[in-house]
Amino acid sequence: MIANMGGYVDTIMRSEIRERITQSVLANKAYQDMPPETRKKIAEDLILVEEKRLKLDTPVAIRSFNYLTNALRLELGRAQNMTSDNGSRTVRLILLERLPATLLLMGSSQLFLFFSSIYFALSLSRNYGSWLDRLVISLSPTSAAPSWFYGIFLILIFSAVLKLLPFGGMVDAPPPDTKFGYAMSVLKHLILPGASLVVSAFFISIYNWRTFFLIYSSEDYVEMAKAKGLPARDIERQYILRPTLPNIITNFALLLISLWTGAIVTETIFLWPGLGITLYRAVGLFDIPVIVGSTIIFAYLLAITVFLLDFVYALVDPRVKVGA
Amino acid sequence: MNQMKKTFQEMLRYPSAIAGLLTVAFLVGLAIYAMVAIPYSQALILWRGGEDIWYQNPKFAAPAWFNNFTKLKQPVSFVMKESDPGIEKVVVPGDQNTSRITITYSFDFSYDAFPQEILLYFDAKYKEKQPFASIYWLTPDGREIRIADFGVDSKQTFRVSQDEKLIRRLGGVAPMEGLFVGEDGQTPVKGVYKLVVEGVTFEEGSDLNAEFVFHGNVYGLFGTDHQRRDLLVPMLWGAPVALAFGLIASLGTSVLTMIIAAMGAWYGGWVDELIQRITEVNLVLPFFSILVMVGTFYSRSTWVILGVTVLLSIFTGGIKAYRSIFIQVKESTYIEAARAYGTGAGRIIFVYMIPRMIPLLIPGVVSSVPAFVFLEATLAVLGLGDPVLPTWGRLINDASVNGALYKGLYYWIMSPAILLMVSGLGFAMLGFALDRIFNPKLRDL
Repeated sequence: MIANMGGYVDTIMRSEIRERITQSVLANKAYQDMPPETRKKIAEDLILVEEKRLKLDTPVAIRSFNYLTNALRLELGRAQNMTSDNGSRTVRLILLERLPATLLLMGSSQLFLFFSSIYFALSLSRNYGSWLDRLVISLSPTSAAPSWFYGIFLILIFSAVLKLLPFGGMVDAPPPDTKFGYAMSVLKHLILPGASLVVSAFFISIYNWRTFFLIYSSEDYVEMAKAKGLPARDIERQYILRPTLPNIITNFALLLISLWTGAIVTETIFLWPGLGITLYRAVGLFDIPVIVGSTIIFAYLLAITVFLLDFVYALVDPRVKVGA
Repeated sequence: MNQMKKTFQEMLRYPSAIAGLLTVAFLVGLAIYAMVAIPYSQALILWRGGEDIWYQNPKFAAPAWFNNFTKLKQPVSFVMKESDPGIEKVVVPGDQNTSRITITYSFDFSYDAFPQEILLYFDAKYKEKQPFASIYWLTPDGREIRIADFGVDSKQTFRVSQDEKLIRRLGGVAPMEGLFVGEDGQTPVKGVYKLVVEGVTFEEGSDLNAEFVFHGNVYGLFGTDHQRRDLLVPMLWGAPVALAFGLIASLGTSVLTMIIAAMGAWYGGWVDELIQRITEVNLVLPFFSILVMVGTFYSRSTWVILGVTVLLSIFTGGIKAYRSIFIQVKESTYIEAARAYGTGAGRIIFVYMIPRMIPLLIPGVVSSVPAFVFLEATLAVLGLGDPVLPTWGRLINDASVNGALYKGLYYWIMSPAILLMVSGLGFAMLGFALDRIFNPKLRDL
């Protein structure tokens, strides 16, 4: 159903076939002398054949099932205009060769965001009411802007004015010869897009988690632990962080889902050769199979994220039992 | 009414709420001003217009107020039409229906850089014999340069910088530098320049006029883009579009979410189950990619995208949050009383259950506005913006496609970005404050 979008893709494919065949018939020199009616007839016949070939005449239910299996097996068809780096037109190859770049960008920035904001949130909840705390609260509305938006500002400051970091891309051109040099070059290019992804979600997540920690730190058992004279670090780890982790992880999952969205444009702004920029190029070239395919891949990534988080749940919260 | 007054008074206690309110009021004012100053149809014509509408403007011109902050003053663009001050037209009738027309354009040039272009848009009236024009250039330091001589068509454009003969006469120097440069060969001479058009007409009733267009490097409040368009139009019109998109989307989403959650909670059973399952499926759907697909295949109209956005955003986390509260509300005694005297389901849902949640709804609506405003901009940046409407996102897209950041045309990207930022921040701050007012639990945190 995801791949078919409730029969919507059918309509798209039909109109796409119609346009392609009409164009090719119009462009064909051999048909040029024929009267328009004959040419129209030829086009209609060709359209019927093509629709039959793509099994558009079979019932929707069967076709949905076919689409589903095809999508699950990542058989996404062939691209119309785009090619992968080694010249293949298979949509799967075009998309999969872009996946590592996206995962590198998203993975590094999200892990950094997660751990750093938990750390900051904990220290803020300890110094609740300090000027730093207030600063973070007043900065939290800045997270209303998506990451690409901060990306523009970061490019402006660090690339255009200060000329410290590259405007975009993933490695220097030409790429360095040594492995270490290559890694450093990637790292240098990773800083700005990563930073823009982190900045866009940083303050709001600190604010949310700080509020959580504050609510939990007024629980009776925390008071009890304080009364017992346990060190602050132990209280935080054992009594505050432990019960709030499932909540934190749920929040984080929702944040991730929205960030996948932002990443598309962030990659475009920074010319980061990932899935997002492929989608952007496909939109520009009107390459339908690639657009549909990348939607499926994004659906996969989201599903995998949610699926993995379920496992993490069970790991961090012993109350969640598999099969219970 | 009393409640509202109280809420309002409470809001005034939060500085961020005041700031947010002021920004929102400013945006609403801007939107109204935009719609009054440039009516919708005219805005579309201006935005879609090409050279024929915008020929008076230079390309890639920065805002004119930049000159107040820089040491090197850039020439400001201007236009001189018939009967404007600075134009002197003298007509001397001669023999055999001929007449000699001298038009002198004088302007004060006190800038430190060379302009982009000088154009003359001729408008000649004749039946058979076209008038003849010779153009001279008088610099403040007393030089006289012959620019060109030619017969004038009824509508003709003369571009000074593209005249090959003039370039040769100036010794291979680009005319815009050659005409302005002083003795040192580096900087332009400041003072009053004069451009003289000496025309001769050969018929009775024949006339010659020319519009003098000076393309400087700066223009107007917001500058111009690659198609010479005045960025004032999209900057102004971005406000109503962004406000309409953000408010309709967030209001539609929140209200529909609430109604559906209330229905699920009230009816329970399979209705509830269905809503829950749809929500779970929808949460994993890549929302943005689907919007991209709709934008590519179906329609790029902002209003279609708006509808799809609302549809896709109904079944999200919000529905679960509302449902859990509605389930509590459903058990309260006043609902039981209503049920006892035989109130229908519709009345209970819309009159008894939903109004209870309005305090929760308002902050939610306000704080989700920025997300939708930015969503519209995000789509535009991807090249999926409405092709007809002038919006802020569209400006950023134009700017980034034309490499504004690399070429140093910061104004082009910064002015829409700052307006977007201001509107996003305004709504977000107001939402934060409202959240605290309506949910006293948060107040101490």
